[in-house]
Amino acid sequence: MSLEYENDGALHAKLIEEVLSQYPDKTAKRRKKHLNVAKSGDEPGEEGEILSECDVKSNIKSIPGVMTIRGCAYAGSKGVVWGPVKDMVHISHGPVGCGQYSWSQRRNYYVGTTGIDTFGTMQFTSDFQEKDIVFGGDKKLEQIIDEIEELFPLNKGITVQSECPIGLIGDDTEAVSRKKAKEIEKTIVPVRCEGFRGVSQSLGHHIANDAIRDWVFEKREVEFEGGPYDVNVVGDYNIGGDAWASRILLEEIGLRVVGNWSGDATLAEIERAPKAKLNLIHCYRSMNYICRHMEEKYGIAWMEYNFFGPSQIEASLRKIAKHFGPEIEEKTEKVIAKYRPLVDEVIAKYRPRLEGNTVMLYVGGLRPRHVITAYEDLGMVIVGTGYEFGHNDDYQRTAHYVKNGTLIYDDVTGYELEKFIEGVRPNLVGSGIKEKYPVQKMGIPFRQMHSWDYSGPYHGYDGFAVFARDVDLAINNPVWGLFEAPWKRRPSRGRAMAAE
Amino acid sequence: MPQSAEKVLDHAPLFREPEYRQMLADKKLNFECPHQDQVVTDQREFTKTWEYREKNFAREALVINPAKACQPLGAVFAATGFERTMPFVHGSQGCVAYYRSHLSRHFKEPASAVSSSMTEDAAVFGGLKNMVDGLANTYKLYDPKMIAVSTTCMAEVIGDDLHSFIENAKEEGSVPRDFDVPFAHTPAFVGSHVDGYDGTVRGILEHFWKGQERTEALGTINIIPGFDGFCVGNNRELKRLLDLMGVSYTFIQDASDQFDTPSDGEYRMYDGGTKIQDVKNALNAEATLSLQHYNTRKTLEYCEEVGQATASFHYPLGVQATDEFLLEVSAISGKEIPEAIRLERGRLVDAMADSQSWLHGKKYALYGDPDFVHAMARFIMETGGEPTHCLATNGTTAWEDEMKELLASSPFGKEAQVWAGKDLWAMRSLLFTEPVDLLIGNSYGKYLERDTGTPLIRLMFPIFDRHHHHRFALMGYQGGLRVLTTILDKIFDKLDRETSETGVTDYSYDLTR
Repeated sequence: MSLEYENDGALHAKLIEEVLSQYPDKTAKRRKKHLNVAKSGDEPGEEGEILSECDVKSNIKSIPGVMTIRGCAYAGSKGVVWGPVKDMVHISHGPVGCGQYSWSQRRNYYVGTTGIDTFGTMQFTSDFQEKDIVFGGDKKLEQIIDEIEELFPLNKGITVQSECPIGLIGDDTEAVSRKKAKEIEKTIVPVRCEGFRGVSQSLGHHIANDAIRDWVFEKREVEFEGGPYDVNVVGDYNIGGDAWASRILLEEIGLRVVGNWSGDATLAEIERAPKAKLNLIHCYRSMNYICRHMEEKYGIAWMEYNFFGPSQIEASLRKIAKHFGPEIEEKTEKVIAKYRPLVDEVIAKYRPRLEGNTVMLYVGGLRPRHVITAYEDLGMVIVGTGYEFGHNDDYQRTAHYVKNGTLIYDDVTGYELEKFIEGVRPNLVGSGIKEKYPVQKMGIPFRQMHSWDYSGPYHGYDGFAVFARDVDLAINNPVWGLFEAPWKRRPSRGRAMAAE
Repeated sequence: MPQSAEKVLDHAPLFREPEYRQMLADKKLNFECPHQDQVVTDQREFTKTWEYREKNFAREALVINPAKACQPLGAVFAATGFERTMPFVHGSQGCVAYYRSHLSRHFKEPASAVSSSMTEDAAVFGGLKNMVDGLANTYKLYDPKMIAVSTTCMAEVIGDDLHSFIENAKEEGSVPRDFDVPFAHTPAFVGSHVDGYDGTVRGILEHFWKGQERTEALGTINIIPGFDGFCVGNNRELKRLLDLMGVSYTFIQDASDQFDTPSDGEYRMYDGGTKIQDVKNALNAEATLSLQHYNTRKTLEYCEEVGQATASFHYPLGVQATDEFLLEVSAISGKEIPEAIRLERGRLVDAMADSQSWLHGKKYALYGDPDFVHAMARFIMETGGEPTHCLATNGTTAWEDEMKELLASSPFGKEAQVWAGKDLWAMRSLLFTEPVDLLIGNSYGKYLERDTGTPLIRLMFPIFDRHHHHRFALMGYQGGLRVLTTILDKIFDKLDRETSETGVTDYSYDLTR
């Protein structure tokens, strides 16, 4: 179900020009390369095939003082890749803040007894003090590992998530990890994700992936009987239960999900991943590295898929099924048919309430492209999108999702985003917590697209219904019509509709 | 299939449906290599014991679920309380994303701050270039009246010198020569957010006061509130009291409007805050009063150096703490406490008398910033309650001593214990081994409520999972009423829940309590 429309490229080009004119010259020159208007896409093509031009410079350093929205390598490793592994203890190694601010904020759902056999919503920190900076923290780290063993004996392993000072003071967390792993006979993974490394979260993902390769794979005997339909789901962090709403579909079409990375994950699922037949990757940006490694080393194919919205779900299920042959393909058609009435009902209910509404996105990972079709399934129009920490290959993959004239912004600054939103005045903005309140103050509905605004799941058919409901309730709430005092009133912008 | 368009199920009900329960049970059994259920149960029970508590308290290196944040968060909050001021944090950029998110999640408001975005090359060569470019960009893009600079631990470890960097940036024309760029070094590995607050406010005062002639204006007062997640309600309430008294005062650092902008179609990046001119004039005040002693130790030292009288309080809340604050203000300003305030006081006391039977003898565990814990312990003792556990992860030995002195002053404090430097995993052991009726803290306490069954009352930053509480004052007599009502609601709700089973316990489900 592809929606045909074209965006106002001329307006968008003008907006780009306007924001650039406000920067100091040197900065304007640098920012210019990150902003663009997508040009002429014809037919939707295969993933990765460039049919329209939305090229911008990406994955380069943010400019000081402009209010980048990006995070750091630690956020990419502890916050994204490792943090959700539920039966390991993740030490935020360094001062207290990083662990404190990221504590329980990504909503990686899991099942377990927290503090006993699972540790996801806890904050373990070495709480560095001045003396640790001066004398080094390796001794302290050893003691911390002992104390973890004493108090949390059911942990399956430990990761050491390095914060900025660790790399600067020359601590050898690798040596400590090796020594203590031998002593306690458990997996200990040092991750060199100091926040100053790289230009964004992205390098943290890469480093975290490499740590799986170097410190988990082939380190322990794995007893596991593989099967012909074994897959790993990679890059689904189970935000609001996304991975569960995906797993249920994959199981229904006859596949066996032997590992989910890393939402609701256990160390065991990671260890035995090399025995699977196929890696299914949702968030390409954060976990493609380990998939490429498994392909090279173990010959496991990997495939990108998209479980946002029925059009992409159907296409992805068929693509996955094709890999496994007729038996799975047949089951897949039955599953698609089974969910079709739900999809039809959801669209029949919500599309009339949302048709033609415009959306601007600014997110990370896979979402600036992956969610586009889900909105279009509801008759909505994507007028702008951009990545916090995308690379060139992300923008290539975006090309066939976006329409002509779409505003593209890489590593957008607070200033640019505000001006773009003011200029475009979309009906909905999907971005993060830092962007939510400024946008809502302007009277524009907003949904957080990192945390699903405390809702979810959004993946799979079950998730699509939640997504549609949430978009509707954001746009059609009566509050947007109350902004202007009656003695100052201009014609109302609100278009409230009661819930059905 | 559990999902339907008619009644959309989100995560809370969806995963309780049988299909999902079965799926998750199978996942656990087949793929997770879990421990035996009995092993998990045994360990869970063990964590409730005195033996586990002793192991837990023997920890020397590992910190689990601390109730404190790092200095630059306090610096960003502090900077936000001045007129059109952009907080500028020199160091890694991810930190700033965290501070902004943290503040927005609590206040449900925009939180602006910029970073100098230092990366590996800056780690090697220093971050001067980042400072020079960063100040220029911030100045041009965000039209601030002042840029308040602080540091992340990265910049501190490599030893960047803010003073000379800012001078250099001015030389290079990043901002005009006379543009205000106060600064504070705020290493995350020293103290906590309350110290970052202190350093930043001091830095701003030094920036404007150094070398200036002081002409004392008798009877005028500066008020420094400290790091306060309830600043929106509290600052406005205190201003109302001071206005009622007719006192001439300046709030130094006031984020109450910045974190409470209206929704009327306009996004205000800056709103309210202490005017720059008022900060300059504040040098002449007769006295500077701090509402939170442990947030302002260095700042008050400086105020004394310039010749001001100083006094500090511990988050004045409840009856006697508010009395003391008002008496001090009255003594300095020479203004009498008006009858209207005496009546307010009487109304709080009246409410406490009305409800005393429900409060007398209740046991509490308290945690949070040092001044807040002091304030709550004191108020609870005024209601006849017992502050059994008083914990501040960022509490010092001086705080511990002061708490012990407070607790010794009342028979309701004689069983109380003070836990300086301990974390919320230690609190978990305390709640299991020496249980209490109520827990007072912030949103992080919800895990303790879940594990130990102790009802949680959220009265301190950060509160992420309840909305708008910070808009109401906790300080002063009016604030005391709010705290009192919140505690009572929790007690009554719990009692109703415990007595609501039809035909079993509902004889006690009283209509009037």
